[in-house]
Amino acid sequence: MSLTAKDKETVKAFWAKVAPKAEDIGQDALSRMLAVYPQTKTYFSHWKDMSAGSAPVKKHGATVMGGVADAVTKIDDLTSGLLSLSELHAFTLRVDPANFKILAHNILVVFAIKFPSDFTPEVHVSVDKFLAALARALSEKYR
Amino acid sequence: MVKWSDFERAAIQDIFSKINYDVVGCAALSRCLIVYPWTQRYFGGFGNLYNAAAITSNPKVAAHGKVIMAGLEKAVKNMDDIKTTYKDLSVLHSEKLQVDPDNFNLLADCLTIVVAGQMGAAFTPEVHGAFQKFLAVVVASLRKQYH
Repeated sequence: MSLTAKDKETVKAFWAKVAPKAEDIGQDALSRMLAVYPQTKTYFSHWKDMSAGSAPVKKHGATVMGGVADAVTKIDDLTSGLLSLSELHAFTLRVDPANFKILAHNILVVFAIKFPSDFTPEVHVSVDKFLAALARALSEKYR
Repeated sequence: MVKWSDFERAAIQDIFSKINYDVVGCAALSRCLIVYPWTQRYFGGFGNLYNAAAITSNPKVAAHGKVIMAGLEKAVKNMDDIKTTYKDLSVLHSEKLQVDPDNFNLLADCLTIVVAGQMGAAFTPEVHGAFQKFLAVVVASLRKQYH
């Protein structure tokens, strides 16, 4: 299920539209993940406040979307491009990779809410594939 | 026995009173067939599913979208015992239709995305959570009679 040339074009074009709202998207997606999949809260026990509008959620949402933005620029070789991020997640953060899929789903839900006419089924499949490829690249150094 | 909070009950009833069944059923099923193309294996008799445009305009997809929504409505009306309500549906999906139950999650994700798109900002994280809990119970009930 690798990214076709068309997938890459679709992702880049869609990203250009959504990038100005990246921080909001990140905050919303992360809030949803914590609310809808409470098991994910276990990774953030060091935060004083995990609620939807809180400062740590806002900041971290922006960090995550910064990573996604970076991945878009490295879409032709995600594995090498995201090597150090993969090491971070594998050795330091040790996030179970199953959670990448969960966050990806919540990002898609936020796209559907904020960009209802742009997030067509064709865009949805390419973006879903991209986020899955991103997750695979992030999992690279785990074992 | 699933426990629903007052908020969750109200949220589910509210969602289903607001969404357009004809639009949501067709859109969710179309998205599922487009985003997860292997799900097309169950719809051999539907004719043209060759590309996204064909799928979204296929009348059999639209008709089946309505069937799905009618099924969901049964669960909405029987939230306290979806398991029993869905017993025959579960047998149907396992023995006659022989659908891999992992597909239920794929359709559930597409339903969430379509409903989110329809409701916009009203689909808050709390409402989103209630909806996904509802779909999780629906999926678990549909899986119940698989042996």
